[in-house]
Amino acid sequence: MDHPEIVSHIRDKFPGDRVSLDPHAYPDELRMHASPESFKGVCLELHKILSSPVMMLFALDERAKLNKFVINCVFADMKKSRWIIVSMDTPPDKACFDSLSKDIYSASLFEREIKEMFGIEPTGNPDPRRLNLHDEVWPQGNYPLRKDFVKMQDGPRGDYRFNRVEGSGVFEVPVGPVHAGIIGPGHFRFSVAGEPIINLETRFGFTHRGAEKLFEGRPYPEAVRISECISGDSAFAHSLAFINAAEKIVGVSVPAKAAYTRGILLELERMYNHVNDIGGIAIDVGFSFPAAYASIIKEAILQLNEKLTGSRYLKNVNLVGGVSIDIDETGKRALLESLGKIKRDIEELARMLEASVSFMDRVDTTGALRRKTAEDIGVVGLAARASGIPMDLRKYFPGIYKDAKFNMITQASGDVLARLRVRISESGESCRLIEEFARDLKEGEEINVVPELREGCAIGYTEGWRGPVLYWLKTDAGGSIERCKIVDPSFHNWQGLSYAVLGNIIPDFPVCNKSFDLSYSGNDL
Amino acid sequence: MRHILKNRILKGVVTRHIEPELSNEVEAAGLELLTAIRKRFGRSLHVREVDTGSCGACESEIISANNPIYDLQRFGINFVASPRHADALLVTGPVSKNMLIALKKTYDAMPEPKFVITFGDCALDGGIFKNSYYVEGVIKDILPVALHIPGCPPNPAIMIKSLLAFLKEQ
Ligand code: SF4
Repeated sequence: MDHPEIVSHIRDKFPGDRVSLDPHAYPDELRMHASPESFKGVCLELHKILSSPVMMLFALDERAKLNKFVINCVFADMKKSRWIIVSMDTPPDKACFDSLSKDIYSASLFEREIKEMFGIEPTGNPDPRRLNLHDEVWPQGNYPLRKDFVKMQDGPRGDYRFNRVEGSGVFEVPVGPVHAGIIGPGHFRFSVAGEPIINLETRFGFTHRGAEKLFEGRPYPEAVRISECISGDSAFAHSLAFINAAEKIVGVSVPAKAAYTRGILLELERMYNHVNDIGGIAIDVGFSFPAAYASIIKEAILQLNEKLTGSRYLKNVNLVGGVSIDIDETGKRALLESLGKIKRDIEELARMLEASVSFMDRVDTTGALRRKTAEDIGVVGLAARASGIPMDLRKYFPGIYKDAKFNMITQASGDVLARLRVRISESGESCRLIEEFARDLKEGEEINVVPELREGCAIGYTEGWRGPVLYWLKTDAGGSIERCKIVDPSFHNWQGLSYAVLGNIIPDFPVCNKSFDLSYSGNDL
Repeated sequence: MRHILKNRILKGVVTRHIEPELSNEVEAAGLELLTAIRKRFGRSLHVREVDTGSCGACESEIISANNPIYDLQRFGINFVASPRHADALLVTGPVSKNMLIALKKTYDAMPEPKFVITFGDCALDGGIFKNSYYVEGVIKDILPVALHIPGCPPNPAIMIKSLLAFLKEQ
């Protein structure tokens, strides 16, 4: 369905309501404004025709200037490479909107977040519990993302209620927030009858640092540094998504060399994480030699990163307008040489795993997430592809990936083995892409331009190694940030994990968890 | 099995597979560290890590310090699963309000004598997350901190060197 068609379709469906279009939107965005009465209907209709989960749903506090809150809901139109944003206004004295969550599962967590952060009521959401602001430590009535929030005011605190499975023989196993390994904090509560898990309740927010608020009032250069600290293993993807939004607003076109450099680094980030997870899956079923082997490969990639950029985690590279490092001929040679070795090592690693019957037996059919379930709960990125959902921003929003003939990798079974295979194939594809991009690096070309600051709002996006990393940014005329909404793929995919483990035994939880390898800090912000 | 054997032989001893200069540094510092740990702790130093809101890169570097290339364990440093087995608590991240209780409980669960190490700029004073509404910030105000390892994130070589310098001056 084409865009004018989508718009006329929506207008036909809601005749009494003038669904208006924003003419200033960027070519890859379509912005509609709906009335509070038809907001829900428009969203449901878009969800149906685009078969996209709610990719973002967030609020803005515009009370100071316009005396209202604004709710924005974002869907992806993969076929047309555009984002569709539906917005509505709500008055400050009775701030509310119709909840989508009973019809679209993927809206539910976003709505709870809006409620705790802004005090805006998602009318009809069946789950009123908070996500990140834990009731035990954060008093009621404090809404930190409101513009007039200054300091936490004391007040009554509450308790968190876990959903329970009841019945004879059902028992609970609580795990966390502090886990046994060197890993982020989160709470998992398993309900078990006999061996199989019948329910997994997750509670996160333990790494909530108030990141979105920290962006506000800061200029770009500072804000880019914060975006690198949202999820450390995706530092590059996050800063890339952030500057993508900023570059749209300032209207700068990035030099070709910077674009290719970014492509190379994004793929290197994907590779070190994929290799890390391949090793992690092996260690979680007790297969230690390949795990050690994988950690050597990861170290090699981290050292390559350092050689190219001065940072093992690719920080301080992205700038609004380009990149700060120049990969010259020597750098390029070092890159291609290391890459050759890394590629061979990854192939060896894959061969070792596939040759072990007992390993393959452990990962095959374990932690299966069916495609229907994944679609219903709005799983994205790598986990979605492993369940057979074709979804990769590198394919549908291609940019430099178009000439490189990007090959999207999917699997059908949605189990640990499928996620492992996607990782192995994607690592190979990343090597190929890096070689392609490196060929286009020209000695002596410029790597950044100085942007002119402007006011505006835009969506920034990139396909990080876990999936789409999305930033929605609004700035004032001086280029300082008014609102920054971040969605890491982990926010969608933790739900997927809760469903994938059902019917599995608790001892298999670590390997299921590792096969998703989601970010705590990216989820909690 | 065939693949494992082949790769085992091909890879050889990997603790020296980094740039020669860095490798020499790590080896030298590591061996000194081993002697220092032997002297002060008998055999080994057991460390429990707690993430109080880190971005994950600090964890990634601590894990890297345990990979076969740096292999911290050969210098007598062990990461343990329970605070009950630990001599030192290694804290990363800027202390989110939600982790305050868990952090204190973990510390309380450790047997005496014990000490606290902060790892990464966030753990020193909140780092880039300083002044956030949800960050407690300075761990020094919560627990007695004996050593800070600087960086964002600190790399494994810095970790080894900082530990060595610390143990030497004690
Ligand atoms: S110090 Fe840097 S790397 Fe470590 S947790 Fe903080 S932001 Fe992340």
